[in-house]
Amino acid sequence: METKEIISVALVGNPNCGKSTLFNALTGLNQQTGNFPGVTVEKKIGKVRIHDQQLQRKQTFNFIDLPGTYSLFPKSLDEQETLKVLTNARNPDYPDIVVAVADASNLKRSLLLCFQLKELGLPIVLVLNMIDLLQRSSLSIDCAKLSEVLQIPVIEMNARDKKGIGALKKQLFQPNTSHVDGSKYTALLQSVNKPLLPLDKNLEKQPNYIQEKEMLRLYSLIESALKEALIEEKKTQALAWSIRLDNYFTHPVWGFLIFLGILFFIFQSIFSWSEKPMEWIDLLFSNAGDWVNATLPAGAFNDLLSQGIIPGLGGIFMFIPQIAILFTFIAILEDTGYMARVSYIMDRMLRGFGINGKSIIPLISGVACAVPAIMSARTIKNQKERLITIFITPLMSCSARLPVYTLLISAAVPDQNWGPFNIKGVLLMSLYLIGFIAALGTALILKWVIKSREKSYFIMELPVYRKPQWGVVAFTMYDKVKIFVMNAGKIIIAISVVLWLLSSYGPSGKFDGIEQKYNSTSYIEKVGKQQAENKIASEKLRNSYAGIMGRAIEPAIAPLGFDWKIGIALVTSFAAREVFVGTMATMYSAGSNSDENSITLKESMMKDVNERTGKPLFTLATVMSLILFYAFAMQCMSTIAVVFRETGSWKWPIIQLVYMTALAWIAAFIAYNLLK
Amino acid sequence: MRELIELAVKETAIILSFSDSEIAVKLLELGCLPGASIQLLHKAPMGDPITYLIDGSIITMRKKEAASVLIESK
Repeated sequence: METKEIISVALVGNPNCGKSTLFNALTGLNQQTGNFPGVTVEKKIGKVRIHDQQLQRKQTFNFIDLPGTYSLFPKSLDEQETLKVLTNARNPDYPDIVVAVADASNLKRSLLLCFQLKELGLPIVLVLNMIDLLQRSSLSIDCAKLSEVLQIPVIEMNARDKKGIGALKKQLFQPNTSHVDGSKYTALLQSVNKPLLPLDKNLEKQPNYIQEKEMLRLYSLIESALKEALIEEKKTQALAWSIRLDNYFTHPVWGFLIFLGILFFIFQSIFSWSEKPMEWIDLLFSNAGDWVNATLPAGAFNDLLSQGIIPGLGGIFMFIPQIAILFTFIAILEDTGYMARVSYIMDRMLRGFGINGKSIIPLISGVACAVPAIMSARTIKNQKERLITIFITPLMSCSARLPVYTLLISAAVPDQNWGPFNIKGVLLMSLYLIGFIAALGTALILKWVIKSREKSYFIMELPVYRKPQWGVVAFTMYDKVKIFVMNAGKIIIAISVVLWLLSSYGPSGKFDGIEQKYNSTSYIEKVGKQQAENKIASEKLRNSYAGIMGRAIEPAIAPLGFDWKIGIALVTSFAAREVFVGTMATMYSAGSNSDENSITLKESMMKDVNERTGKPLFTLATVMSLILFYAFAMQCMSTIAVVFRETGSWKWPIIQLVYMTALAWIAAFIAYNLLK
Repeated sequence: MRELIELAVKETAIILSFSDSEIAVKLLELGCLPGASIQLLHKAPMGDPITYLIDGSIITMRKKEAASVLIESK
């Protein structure tokens, strides 16, 4: 052990035992989020150098936060990763020391996992977390006694205020070695756990009877160990409070009203709090674009930066405030324990749609982004319910649709009030509702289509209510915004460059002739200089490679009121919805070659004319049709990729893509023809 | 001996055994084991699922699952 350069330490524990808080306290900002090989299970690692003053030693530790589990009998892919790491000494994440994190107010249950780790022959340090909750109740644990009975070091901890962290660090310098031969227990675990695959039916075939027997055996060992170390157990204050609060939060009437109130408050905050910061970001990028345009020598590179990449990035980065607020609220709802209550009160209703109370978490998170939301559907153990949840989650109105909706609504809907409500606001709210209704309707269809004989369960713990930990909430928000910015940024820069090239160049011949045709003195005299320049720009776009692409798909989208320019935007935004805004910005600045940059995207869109009808392109009918198209169409490669990984085949992502595109086309067709 | 489903709101009983191994495994993991005391806290809208206080944890389950837990009155 002394000679090892890096000691790897695995954190193992039940869900909600404060394991992540401890991990944050140990590693601070030195943590990295990744995935376990081959699966989308999140893996958090943090490398820290710890200096022990007393021992005069320095050592580098590599902490790994393993997925929370109640036992080493995994019921999900996440839990299976924990088992895999701990039972295979050749696994790259196999730890030198295991820190078993136990919720001190739920000791018996926490020890089940700890006893299994012990039988595996792993060197363990037992951390009794949330010890402060116990001290406020009449329960007390004799830690010295417990350590003696279990023959492992025991540390009292309150990770939230970092109590006990020092003691744990010190303990890591002097790990006890286990004398248990773990090979027998490893073999047992391997025989009673059938490996799980995505959407696998092996869950049904788990030898439950043997698992039940084994758990009862361990519990009887635990009970006799605890008899010596534990004094009479009573309700903790936090528990008493939670039970009292639940009288309101899970009340048949108040519970729903509170939930709706919270949702309403979140949406209100997203839009009102973000208004000013969004304006600032918008201003920043448009100034940056102007500055680049004026500073760099005129030419192709200048155009690419000032008309392609900068407006494209600006169109997306504007939405950072909204995304940050949304993810903050979702993190708070999860962290306080409220989300579990929502699952509980919604279970009966959602069951009618072939999904589960737990589906509400992916559905709500889907309002932020479908990718993490689809991954969170893993907590649903029934595979049919999980599949339906994965299928319908992208219909929830995600944050990438916001830029599209905002631009389109502002382009065609008047800024008027219906009574006390702003029409634009009402329209935006109803788009969220439409997404939810479409999701439930689709669930209902799938409920009848997918056949399954697997039983459905809803057994879960309602964790005690806790104050949100602002550090955790802030980190989650920072992490999500960073991912959004990096992903969207990369896609947008790539697509901007490609789109700009495609729209600036065309097949030689016709494309090259445009300049000569309209730049002739006779034509300029006839229509004026400004008009001639606009004509050149729009003819160039029309005959560019992008224009040819757009015109190729025009017949398919003409019934929806879209022209070839919108066609280009549909093609480019197939990678990600928000690219629509950047594409429009690129095309409309490329299309109108005016030197005055004062004209906004919205204004130049509204001036555009449909070449077929000769009328303005962005009428109410076209805009509503386009909005509905984006409400339902898949238009997100990241979602397709995550559905592929989560379901383990191309079957479901393809069905989902076809279904959503068809739904989008039909809805847009109906809307356009009704409003035309 | 009764089924858990027969428990009234706020009533407390002792868990005896489980009649379904698959459900038993899930409940055992959550610390719901024979000998533990169990109290009905509240029912969700439409009476399903039901939330219990089991050995210091708040655990919720559907009626169907509660039917496989055998209890005895305290």
